[in-house]
Amino acid sequence: MHQLTIAEIIRGLRDKQFSSVEITRHLLDRIQQLDGNYNSFITVTEELAMTQAAAADERLSKGEAPALCGVPIAHKDIFCTSGVRTSCGSKMLDNFVPPYDATVVENFNAASAVTLGKTNMDEFAMGSSNETSFYGPVRNPWNTDCVPGGSSGGSAAAVAAQLAPGTTATDTGGSIRQPAALTNTTGLKPTYGRVSRWGMIAFASSLDQAGPIARNAEDAAYLLSAMVGHDPKDSTSLNRPVQDYTLNLNDSIAGLKIGVPKEYFGEGLNADTAARVQDALKEFEKLGAELVEVSLPHTDLAVPAYYVIAPAEASANLSRFDGVRYGYRCEDPQDLRDLYMRSRGEGFGDEVQRRILVGTYALSAGYYDAYYNKAQQVRRLIKQDFVQAFEKVDVIMGPTSPSPAFALGAKKADPVAMYLEDIYTIATNLAGLPGMSLPCGLVNNLPVGLQIIGNYLDEARMLNVAHQYQQVTDWHQQFASSASPA
Amino acid sequence: MAVDTQTVEKLAELARIAISTETIDEVSNRLGEVLQLVDQLQAVSTEGVAPMAHPLDEEQVLRADEVTESDRREEFLQLAPQSEEGLYLVPKVID
Amino acid sequence: MEWEIVIGLEVHVQLSTKSKLFSGASTQFGAAPNTQACAIDLAMPGTLPVPNAEAFRSAVMFGLAMNAEIGKRSVFERKNYFYPDLPKGYQTTQLAEPIVGPGEIEIHLEDGSSKTVRLHHAHLEEDAGKSLHEAVFESGHGMSGIDLNRAGTPLIEIVSEPDMRSAAEAVAYLKKIHSIVTYLGISDGDMSQGSMRCDANVSVRLKGEEKLGTRTELKNINSFRFVERAIKVEAERQIDILEDGGSIVQETRLYDADKNETRSMRSKEVANDYRYFPCPDLLPVVLSDDYVEQLRNELPELPDAKAARLRDEYKLSAYDADLLTQERATADYFETVAKACGEAKLAANWMTGELAALLNREELSIGQSPVSAEQLAGLILRIKDNTISSKIAKQVFEAMANGEGDADTVIEKRGLKQVSDTGAIEQMVDDVIAASAAQVDNYRNADEAKRPKMMGYFVGQIMKASKGQANPQMINKILKEKLDALL
Repeated sequence: MHQLTIAEIIRGLRDKQFSSVEITRHLLDRIQQLDGNYNSFITVTEELAMTQAAAADERLSKGEAPALCGVPIAHKDIFCTSGVRTSCGSKMLDNFVPPYDATVVENFNAASAVTLGKTNMDEFAMGSSNETSFYGPVRNPWNTDCVPGGSSGGSAAAVAAQLAPGTTATDTGGSIRQPAALTNTTGLKPTYGRVSRWGMIAFASSLDQAGPIARNAEDAAYLLSAMVGHDPKDSTSLNRPVQDYTLNLNDSIAGLKIGVPKEYFGEGLNADTAARVQDALKEFEKLGAELVEVSLPHTDLAVPAYYVIAPAEASANLSRFDGVRYGYRCEDPQDLRDLYMRSRGEGFGDEVQRRILVGTYALSAGYYDAYYNKAQQVRRLIKQDFVQAFEKVDVIMGPTSPSPAFALGAKKADPVAMYLEDIYTIATNLAGLPGMSLPCGLVNNLPVGLQIIGNYLDEARMLNVAHQYQQVTDWHQQFASSASPA
Repeated sequence: MAVDTQTVEKLAELARIAISTETIDEVSNRLGEVLQLVDQLQAVSTEGVAPMAHPLDEEQVLRADEVTESDRREEFLQLAPQSEEGLYLVPKVID
Repeated sequence: MEWEIVIGLEVHVQLSTKSKLFSGASTQFGAAPNTQACAIDLAMPGTLPVPNAEAFRSAVMFGLAMNAEIGKRSVFERKNYFYPDLPKGYQTTQLAEPIVGPGEIEIHLEDGSSKTVRLHHAHLEEDAGKSLHEAVFESGHGMSGIDLNRAGTPLIEIVSEPDMRSAAEAVAYLKKIHSIVTYLGISDGDMSQGSMRCDANVSVRLKGEEKLGTRTELKNINSFRFVERAIKVEAERQIDILEDGGSIVQETRLYDADKNETRSMRSKEVANDYRYFPCPDLLPVVLSDDYVEQLRNELPELPDAKAARLRDEYKLSAYDADLLTQERATADYFETVAKACGEAKLAANWMTGELAALLNREELSIGQSPVSAEQLAGLILRIKDNTISSKIAKQVFEAMANGEGDADTVIEKRGLKQVSDTGAIEQMVDDVIAASAAQVDNYRNADEAKRPKMMGYFVGQIMKASKGQANPQMINKILKEKLDALL
């Protein structure tokens, strides 16, 4: 039953092949049986899941239920869940049980989806390997000695290991797409502002965006349709009509103009990864699409600009974790300063501390213009590159990540090498554009992701394009052998 | 670019993060590496380019002046490390 | 050596919106601790701010009243520092693009002169919570309690240029700001409740010197009187130091009203680097020309315009007009009285005299006056039609203040009606003359020039006989005739 896609579960529930209680029970048992291998969940909400599943079955029996009614999913532990511990992967919030739901969670609850639990993640979403989590690293189901990518490593691994058919995730510099690429799943980061950030613990407010990770584009479309919408509680939420992303999946993509940025195929890209991406582009040509070379000349500056802007915003966003109103407080603070210094020194891990310090530096007197302001100017140049490219093409394609999954610990000691993991994904966050990753092949039995970058609010077309590819390829139907127990 | 330990100490003070003396050299080195990465920005000319704080050129929508929140003090105080008589407690604040 | 004091003020005014600047929590004063601190005010993880439209409306109205440029595009920034009353670890405020730009206002001094003070800018920001140091907690000695009810209450911070040259000018400026915000109805301006707070930047320099001296910042001076005293005592301190050959340290100082001295706030001296940057959770606020023009049309008559009109329409002196227009409620009260009784000058006299004394004594605002405008007008009407004398009117006023009803009721009940019957007054005059042979002789023998003064004795006796109710003009007239007939 765990092999079922969301689309299949929706049909199965309506055809009464199984109940939500049955599939929920099955997945909870599977998580209990297998997740010791992956550590993809921080919290499993068994009781809540069973209650929600029973309520969903009740609602299904009355007819007229929303599409996702009774479908079990899991939320990245960055989304606040009322009454359920929300840790953000940090010791700082190990004891934090919010009395409110994130809007994303509220939307899924309103649709009567079932919450299996909260997935593991890099601490405060800062990382590209899921090794910075207070709850230990997540292991890649394709090779448990390898990382699953990050920061949404738990959300990606849970889908790859068939512990959940779909999960929510967030992406600040590639945190949905890169783990999706490394785990053979389909993940989409929407246009900035398309999904509400309310109740989603902030890393870098002008870059953070929530999206789904699923087994294929059709499932991602179901999840995304439930997530999007204007939220008056989020000032940066876009007030534009919402749509059902499952409606256009079967449109023909003949005549589609695909931009291929030459900068995404240069130095630093693993040759095998490049070959798999080229294969995918040929497949699109067969589907009637046209490849057009485009240039994004400021690509090299995306990572440097990001590592000023994101830490700067984070340095302020994480000031609220001070040991006063919630979260971790150090033992026996001597005075107020000691309370702050030790609560934050002990509550935050190394990478989070490092980024706070970098952000503090970039904003401090005398450095603001050279770093923060400069990075915001470069950000505009990067956006302009995309605006110009989209005058000529409908979507842009390239690799999601420069290489397949790497070994646990391999880049832990070298933050800059880790940061370059997101070299192809970061620019879309800076520009606010939607991006997605879908499986396009294997290298040494490790997955490779194809990235699709869309124009603003063009998620429907991206999903259509991805779905058409998945109609003629079966990479997305490959599963990690570790996830198939004897 | 290396970052001297004095700068790290100043940053740690501003950010209120205790850094032990044993780890300060490592933190300095790591920060130096990151700053070397971001220093690539200095190579590009950005004269006349307006800084971009938000990816989309949207404008703020204002909220009507209405009281929409009710008292949830007890729920919130339960989360506090230390509270008494409806107040959050901290080591004495000295003016 | 002649010294000149240079003062710039930063005035924080709490806006009287129903809800907070970025959340829907109530701003009502005096609630139990933390009952009006919602998830946003507490900086709970994942919460986000949405700005209050009414706060912007208030700030724009203020800017228009200050003849200032309006920031059609304004941007909120984060000011980063750690303090337990600041839940997010940053204050959301405005810096590079504030809602109100440069402007200027006229202030009026007690000697009747006026002066223009320039506004540097005014910006919107959120208030912090409160730390309670005095309380003793069971669970820990040496702890402070944090109440975040006030956190997020909208403020406008009004920053002047260093244009004031005396403590009196600073007070006049502060009173002007107070009257503008209360006229606009955007704040209650109550300094005792902290709705209006003032920081003063004070420096001194030798007269004629162009360069500004090193300044100190006096924090949180919370009454008009303390502003005056704090500035005076700080300027004296600085002058003493300079005259002794010392130099001034730029620092934050606190005014201690009990000791009437300022002292250094060392804890605030830790070198702060606020790391301002645009708040990424909020977008630029863009206001249309139409919106600003609409608010301009909605502006009420402001104190200066009202004072000019009162001078013109009611022939009031400049002094009375300024006094009566400092508060909108006072001006409204005056106009009600003046219109109802048709005696503007008398109305002004009664308000600046008896009524002001009464309110001062009882520590009441004009809005809480026990004597209503209609009642005062009724009283003046009875003076005007000679029903009572001015002297009796004071008795009636006191009775009204004690809640004995309107003027006519009091006059009737106490039988205070003035005697204007010629026969009755002649009889009283005759009786007094008959009983005062010695004084009559003195009057007859006195120089003509001294006689009017000597009439006072007889008038006093007659008033006494009439229990103060005889018409004084009639007494004077009849008495003079009768005394002169004896010459």
